Order: sequence, then C-alpha cells, then structure tokens
Amino acid sequence: MIRHLTLSAAAALALVASPAMAAEVETEIEDFAFSFEGPFGSYDQNQLQRGLKIYTEICSACHGLELVAFRNLHDEGGPHLPEDQMFAYAEQYEVFDQALFDGEGDFRPATPADKFPGSSLSNAPDLSLMAKARAGFHGPYGTGLAQLFKGMGGAEYIASLMTGYHEEPECALEMDPPMDGFYNVAFASGGFPATCIDEKGKHMVPGSWISMSQPLWGEDVDFDDGHSNSLEHEAEDIAAFLMWTAEPKLVARKQAGLTGVIFLTILSVLLYLTNKKLWAPHKHKDD
Amino acid sequence: MGGIPHDHYEPKSGGEKWLHKRLPILGLAYDTLMIPTPKNLNWMWIWGIVLAFTLILQIVTGIVLVMHYVPHVDMAFTSVEHIMRDVNGGHMIRYFHMNGASLFFVAVYAHMFRGLYYGSYKAPREVTWIIGMLMYLVMMGTAFMGYVLPWGQMSFHGTAVITGLFGAIPFVGDSIQTWLLGAGAVGQPALNRFFSLHYLLPFVLLGLTMVHIWAFHTTGNNNPTGVEVRRTSKEDAEKDTLPFWPYFVIKDLFALAVILVVFMAIVGFMPNYLGHPDNYIPANPLATPSHIVPEWYFLPFYAILRAFTADVWVVQIVNFLSFGIIDAKFFGVLAMFGAIAVMALAPWLDTSRVRSGRYRPMFKWWFALLVVDFIVLMWVGARPAEFPYDWISLIASAYWFAYFLVILPLLGVIEKPLPQPATIEDDFNAHYPAKSDGKPAATPAE
Repeated sequence: MIRHLTLSAAAALALVASPAMAAEVETEIEDFAFSFEGPFGSYDQNQLQRGLKIYTEICSACHGLELVAFRNLHDEGGPHLPEDQMFAYAEQYEVFDQALFDGEGDFRPATPADKFPGSSLSNAPDLSLMAKARAGFHGPYGTGLAQLFKGMGGAEYIASLMTGYHEEPECALEMDPPMDGFYNVAFASGGFPATCIDEKGKHMVPGSWISMSQPLWGEDVDFDDGHSNSLEHEAEDIAAFLMWTAEPKLVARKQAGLTGVIFLTILSVLLYLTNKKLWAPHKHKDD
Repeated sequence: MGGIPHDHYEPKSGGEKWLHKRLPILGLAYDTLMIPTPKNLNWMWIWGIVLAFTLILQIVTGIVLVMHYVPHVDMAFTSVEHIMRDVNGGHMIRYFHMNGASLFFVAVYAHMFRGLYYGSYKAPREVTWIIGMLMYLVMMGTAFMGYVLPWGQMSFHGTAVITGLFGAIPFVGDSIQTWLLGAGAVGQPALNRFFSLHYLLPFVLLGLTMVHIWAFHTTGNNNPTGVEVRRTSKEDAEKDTLPFWPYFVIKDLFALAVILVVFMAIVGFMPNYLGHPDNYIPANPLATPSHIVPEWYFLPFYAILRAFTADVWVVQIVNFLSFGIIDAKFFGVLAMFGAIAVMALAPWLDTSRVRSGRYRPMFKWWFALLVVDFIVLMWVGARPAEFPYDWISLIASAYWFAYFLVILPLLGVIEKPLPQPATIEDDFNAHYPAKSDGKPAATPAE
C-alpha cells in the first residue's frame, strides 16, 4: 500500500510516457445521469450524505477538502445535515489552533466554522475542486460537445475513475520491471508502458497507470438509508458529493439563472413591441 | 454635431438657462442623445450598445470582486474560492465577470467585422477605427491580466508563455520580460502589477470609449449603404435620419435584452463551459499543464503566432536576410502583432471608393472567406501544433495577411461596383415599401 502511495507525480515523469504525450491518451468516461444536470437539476440530499460518508470513511484517509467548512454540511441545497449532526460531525476532527496555549498553539476539536483538513499525503491532491478541475473535455481533441449535450463533466470523470480500475492488459505484462501504479481506463495523465505503444506511436489500450490504488470495491460503506452500496452506486455517490464540494452554490445559481432568463425574456418581448410601435409610423409610409 | 443639420438644445426654464451659461452639460447630453442617426441601420449596428453595457458590467462586478480578492500568491486562489463560497451572491458576481469577458469579445468581434464589411473604417472615419483598434488592444491586455488573477494553473503558465513572447524580441527581450514581470519569473511582483493594471485599464477603456463616440458623432454614423446622410438642409437630413433617442435606444435595448437572455443562460446553467478546467487547480510552478491553451478569444491570434515555425521558407528567408536576428519565435510574435496592425491599416489599404460591401460583388466573397478564415484560426489555435493543423494554421494565417495586404488594395482597382442608392431615404423606402404599393392599406376590421 505505502509503496504505491509514495509513487509521486515526479516519479510518474520518469515513467515511459511523458505528460506531453498523455493528452493523446484515450480514456473511457461513461455518462452518468446525475440529478444535478440540466438547467433544472439539483443535488440529491440523500446522495450527498452518502457521498459524505464515503469521503469520511475512505477518501479522507489521504485526501483533504480544505476549501469546505463543516458548517457547509448544514447548507440547504447541499447535504443539509441537521444542525446537531453537523456539530457532532465537526467534533470528530481535530484542528490546530495557533491562538491556544499562549500563542504556541494546540489541537482542539473542530467547530462548524473550521474547514476540513488538507491532504495528509503530499501526493494526494485536495478534492475540494476536483470535480471542476477535471471537467475538461476542452482538451486539444475534445470539442466540449459531450459536456454541452450530455452534461458530462467532472462528476462523470470521478465516477468513471472509481469504476475504471481493470486488470493490467496483456501488453503491459511484458514490461520489466513491471509498471508502477494501477491500470485505470479513465485516467489520462499517468505512466504508460512502452510495450503497449504500437509502431505508429498509438496507444493500444485506453487510460494509463495511476498511483492511487483502487479505493472503492463495492460494499465498502453501509448506508443508513439502505441504498445499494455496489461499486457503481458508491462511485456515483462520491462523485456527486465532490461535485457539491466543488460547486456548492449550483442550485442557487441555476435558480438565479432561470429567474434571469424568464425576466429578460419578458423584457425582450416588451421591448420588441415598444420598438415595433415606435418605428411603425416611419415604415411603410403611405406617401 | 456630425455636420448633419439638426435642432440643438435650447435651455427653457430659468434653472436650465442658469446652468447652461456656466456649464453646457445638458446641451452636451441632449446633442449626444438626439444625434441624427441613419434610419436604415440594420441589426449589426447594435453591438456598440452591447459593448458599452458589458464594459459597465465588468467594471461594476469587478469593483465588488476587488472588495474580497487578495492579490497574493498564497491567497489569491483561496480568496477567489472564498468569493465563490462565502460572499453573498459572490458566485454570481464572479461568474458574471468571468463570462462577461466572453460576451465582451463576442460583441467586439461582431462589431469589428461589421465595420470591415460596411467599410466603416474608410474616410472620414479612420480615427474612429484607429481608436477602436486601440480599445481592442487594451481589452486584450485587460482580459489577459484578469485571467492571471485567480492564480490557477492556466493563469500561471499562461503568464509565463505570453510574457515569454516579449522575451523573443532580439537584444532587449529578456530585459523587457523581466521588466514586465518585475522579476525573472512569474511570481508575486507579476501578480501585484497585473492586479493594479487590470483595475486601471478598464477606466482607460472607458475614456477611449468616449473618444470613440466623439469621433463618430463628429463624422456621423456609417450605415449599410455607405452613402452619407444629406447635409444640404435640415429637411433633407431629416429624411435620411431619425434621432438616436428614442428610435435607436429602444431598438438597441431590445437587441441587448435578447443577447442577455443567452448570456444569463450561460452564466446560470454552464458558467464554466468557456473556461479552462485547469484553472481550478492552484498554480504550481513545478507542474506544467500538458497543453497551455489561451481563452477562446485569443485563439485566432495565438494560431498566427504558432503558424510560423522554423521550417517555413518565409521564416527562413527573413532569418537569413536579418542575419539571424529574426528567428522563428520572434517572427511569430511579429506576425501576431502584425495581424492586428494590418487590420488597423485597413483604411489606407482599401483602395475602393465604394464604402459598403453590399455594392461590391467580388469583395463580398473575399470578405466571407475572411470570416471563415477567422473561425478556422480560432479552431486551429486550440489544436496541437502537428500535422495537419500546422498546415491549416499556416494557410489560414497567410490568407489573413493576403486579405489586407493584397486583396483589399487590388479589389479597388479591378472590381466593378454595383450601383448604390442615391440617398439613405431611397434605401430605407426600398426595404419598407409604402403600403399602397401592395395590398390596400389598413383594412378596417369594423
């Protein structure tokens, strides 16, 4: 476990494929039907609470969430934990407070005003914004059309990454020494074995090798609401939760957008009629 | 104003007369608002209002954002996230500002191509055109520096690439780059000065806007026929024009409202679609993104920058003739700025005496190709620099220069223009024939 986790991004550079080539990697990103897609979509509160549980029990071992405050868990439009549960949740964490112990600082239980801790491993990225930072289908080959028409974004990427761990393809088994990391069909920027690149320089298999070992296997977490904890469902739940941490105001934003569109449409109609009436005497004159 | 005869402001009440003697500000406002405007202006003449609105939108949202933003390399990224998460309405303000930049460029490109098609740059409106080009440069500088402020991955590495362009200038390039960044590399000094300039330049733009309006109010608006308003008498002028208020204000506001419906939908439903996801990763000097791509509105000129590589024969000849001073990198920089310079010189490169493209049968096609060329450049600017994109960008860049330097001067000589209407009134009435021409006027329903 530790061996894999210490495989840093720097070490990945030393692998066969350079990051510059990584963009040419084909990845398998599946389209999931999330509740927050589309102009009227909003977060599924229960799903966010399940995702929080997965984050707490699994992801948080390595990954931080340092842009999110505990009080946000109580936010409407988000997981909306009852206030007492949110307080109790915060208290599970210890934070370092410089003001304590005569300015020397000490640890104390977290309060709702505190933020989640950062990553405990230097090569484990913070997850707060991951769903927006990985929304990229804008790359040199991506046209963004999947994003436009299917609502595919970072949440799809995260869920696909969770379910994208596969047995190493045969071509990789010829590598000596064997590849570091784990084969994942959704991961683009990792190492890639030379034995899986054909004469034309094309990759024979999708994805690349990621340093994170498979975090979810299915039935990792038991949900209080009795929801299925199969791998696919867990992947969806954590992806939805991370979408919320990245874009906590999504619901408010869509409401504002819809209100704005309706008001401006009415205004457009009124201005159209005003304009028509105003110009009428000057057009089609009877002289 | 405009040499177009029209009624001027007359102070009526005692208070107005008192003020008018001391400061004729109401007269200025009246004459500006009531300026005679060609009544045949089409829907491509609405972009000026959209641009003015967007500038105000950007300044207002920007001022609010500055109240919460911290220009420090360790805090800039989190302060933007603080705006997105904790500031009341902060996420909307920031998304308005972010997408406002895109609206600004959509409008400015439409505005510029309108001018290029209808010959709005031609005498006597060269100064309006030149000021417009200056505004475009200031806009690009402002947009670029604004993109640096969130201090994400694209901010950081984009800054390194763009300031690196100045480093390509022979002899003094490195000094200029260091001077721009305030240090040898992108860091705190660069962030601080870009923040300062990003706040300053919009007000420069506001000043230039006033001069731009002053200039075309002096010459009068161009119009789709390119035929000037009759200035022989007030009666003649009134047959060609209508006052800006209320006719064009209401028309432009209607167009603005329709455009804002689309803008609001983008801000509300897909605010990050036009941005680059990598900018949601905090800047890390040690990890360079695999593809550094500028925002969409820079892509056409970015494509021209990259098109001229060392294996292009023009580059090799120039390199040889300049004793190696102009290498491929510097050539690319010259080409990029040259692409804007040739556009600025259009008033003197276009030899045709006919102003509007509507009456220029050959010009029309070359112009349509220029629009396609611009879109191709925008597309190819986001592609990797490899076959076949390198060839596409080279051909597209070549056409851009050919249009301004070869086609515009030649067309004026070889093209046979179509007859133009004698007056704006004729053109307007041809579009809106009198009702008695066709079916009988208003059929009484009662």
